[in-house]
Formats: sequence, C-alpha cells, structure tokens
Amino acid sequence: MYNMKRSPWVMHYDGSSCNGCDIEVLACLTPVYDAERFGIINTGDPMQADILLITGGINSQNAPVVKQIYEQMPRPKVVCAIGVCACTGGIFKDCYNIKGGADTVIPVDIYVPGCAARPQSIIDGIVKAIDLFQKRLEEHAAMVAEKKEA
Amino acid sequence: MNTVITKILWALAYLIFAPLIGGLLEGMDRKISARMQRRVGPPLLQPFYDVGKLLHKQTISVTKSQSFLMLSYLFFMMITGVMFFIGTDILMCMFVLSTAAMFLYFAATVTSSPYSTIGASRELIQIMAYEPAVLLTCVGFYVVRKTFEVGSIIKADDSAIRYLPGVFVAFVFVLTIKMRKSPFDISTSHHPNQEVIKGVTAELGAKNLAYFQITEWYENVILMGIIGLFIINRNPISIPIAIVVVLAVYFLEILIDNCSARMKYTKMLFLAWTVTLIASGCNIWLLMMILGD
Repeated sequence: MYNMKRSPWVMHYDGSSCNGCDIEVLACLTPVYDAERFGIINTGDPMQADILLITGGINSQNAPVVKQIYEQMPRPKVVCAIGVCACTGGIFKDCYNIKGGADTVIPVDIYVPGCAARPQSIIDGIVKAIDLFQKRLEEHAAMVAEKKEA
Repeated sequence: MNTVITKILWALAYLIFAPLIGGLLEGMDRKISARMQRRVGPPLLQPFYDVGKLLHKQTISVTKSQSFLMLSYLFFMMITGVMFFIGTDILMCMFVLSTAAMFLYFAATVTSSPYSTIGASRELIQIMAYEPAVLLTCVGFYVVRKTFEVGSIIKADDSAIRYLPGVFVAFVFVLTIKMRKSPFDISTSHHPNQEVIKGVTAELGAKNLAYFQITEWYENVILMGIIGLFIINRNPISIPIAIVVVLAVYFLEILIDNCSARMKYTKMLFLAWTVTLIASGCNIWLLMMILGD
C-alpha cells in the first residue's frame, strides 16, 4: 500500500471558537514548531485537504458549513477536534445556540483537549491522525476494489 | 539519420527527466525557503510525496471535462518542452506554451466556482503581463543570430547574453510572474487564508492537482532551458556555466518570493511592461541600430 504518511495536508476551520485554539494551530506552522518538516501544509481548500482541524463548538449557523466542508473533502480523510469546545462544547456547552462538539454534525476521529490546546498536543493529535489517515487509505482502496468487482 | 536519433533521444530525455529535475528544484525551493524563515523545512523529496499522495486520493471533480482540460494542459506543456529541447523554432514553442496556458484557464472556469474564476481571470492578466517580454526574447535571439531555431542559436561562437543583457533582465523579471511567485502570485496564492483561497487551483483536487504540479515541473524546466539558451554556445565549457546561471536565477526567484508581499494586478502590469519596454525594447533597438540591416 502506498505510504501516504509523508504528505498530510490539513485544513483548519474555526467554528464558534474564541480564537485561542486557532492561534495555537497557526503556531504549529511557525518556525518554533515547524509542522512543515512532516510535510504538513495548511491548505485553505477542502478539495485538497486530508485532515480537517476544527476549533470551537458547533452552533446552528456553522453546522451546515462544517458538514459541507467535510463532504467536499475527498477520501481518505480524518477529522481532528482541537480544544475542549470542539470536543464537547466546553464552557459554551449550555448556551442556547451551541449544539455541542464537532461530533454532533460529523464523525470526529481524534480529540485534542485543552483550553487552549497547546501546540505540542495539537502536533501530537495530527501525528495520530496521520496514522489513521494511512489506515483510511487501505479502507478506501478496498472500497474502490469492491466497487470495481460489483 | 543521426540527427533524427539525437532529436528523439533529446525528446525522450526531456519527457523522462524534466519532471524529476522540476520536482527536485521545487523540493530545493521549499527547503531553501524554510531555511530563509529559520525553519527546518520538509524533506527534499517532499514534492514527489505530495504528488504520489494526490494520485492515490479519491477524485472529486465538479465537471468531467476538468480532468480532460488538465491533461491537455500537461500534454501541450510536454509538446512545448519537446519542441524546445529538440531544437526547433523558439517562437513556435512560445505560442504552444500560450496554448497550454489557455487550457489551464478553461479548466479553472468550467467549474464556475467564484474563487477559481477570479483566479482564472487573473491568470489571463498575468499572461498579458509576461507575453510581451517573452516574445521580445525570441525577437532578441533572432536579431542576434538571424534564426529562431534553438538548434542553431546554441551553435554560435559566443553567448547571446553578451548582446542581450537587457532582454535577459526583462526575461528574469517576468519569470517571477510566469512561475507564479510572490509578489506576482496573484492568480494562485501558495498560502491559505487569502482572498482567492487557491485561485486557479481552487477546484482542483487529487488527480487533477497532481497533473497541475507535474505540468509546473515541466514548465519550470522549459523556462530554465530558455535561461540556459542565453549562455550556451559552441564551447562545451558554457554548459556548466549555464547550469550555474540557471541555479543562481532560481535562487534569486526564491529570494524575491520570500521577501516580498503580493502586488495588485495594475502594479504588476505597469511594472512588467515598463521593465520589458525599457530593458528589452531598448536593448533590441540598440542592437538593430548597431548591427543594421
């Protein structure tokens, strides 16, 4: 099976986050942490993304947006919820407009807790996502083969 | 007969090695850029890993014609390169290159996505900005060598750059536009979270983006070949010198890319045309006065 671990492109979506986690996600790409050494590129285009990073909780306005971004991403894909708000809704959980974490609208694979999540733990989450990304490729290849047979 | 075989070998060598050289140049580009920003940077072979991954992903395309148009873009780029490296008419090469660029424009507009449509119209403006300088480069070679044939241009006794320094400067200037590097990356931004997302490549996913990358490698090798054409002459020593000049020009492009912000398209047009007119135009005009026909 082709080794896809060397080129994971991430896409970053800000739900109703306070921007704390967003800044930490971007910090991963700065010279101090330099996520690009693993081949990670922050792309703004869902059609070219492999890993979706969501920060902040889901409210009724951004739920369809998150769903659409997820559907626009080609398989294999992995979703990472960054920060406690994206995991469960966090401090905003009981607000009237908040539905909860990212898993209320799309399937989430990796949860990175923290308020705000530290760059180290975000990179750790992405590295875990990369392993899963490779597994998803195998599933995707099996799916394509199955379709061809049928 | 012998020349035919050499030409076929050159064509094959271009088709096989150009993507490898282009990919390595891009890998170097990313590594050097990272070092300029005090980062470690991705491995040298990262562009190949990226393309390999893109080829294995599920292809989602908005319209079916998109893949066909991207393949045509790649095909015409290959034709241009083959024509250039077997030593045919350089003017013709440049026209085929423009044809290739048109296919990219169509591939971006068929999707009707606002981002890629804006990127495509900006791509047209970029073509408008660099085309005069590219054509004047061909004219410059003709004025000096009395031929458009690449095969004959490299057989002269001395390097063309001796007569065409201004044309060289103008060509290096528009190279930044042609390679879509900052400050002229207005049609496709290489960085996310900008106003056109990814410009012309916004709707290209998986396989189609891989075609785009490979075409860029082919194109860069052609452009570097033209830079080399300024240096190469009958003397074999000129070949290593040409390689050094090509690498120096590529480094200059990386440096410009890393220390400049994006310009508005009006400024790009004005700058590109001014530099072309002054450097390239005056150079050719003076040459015509001196050489006289």
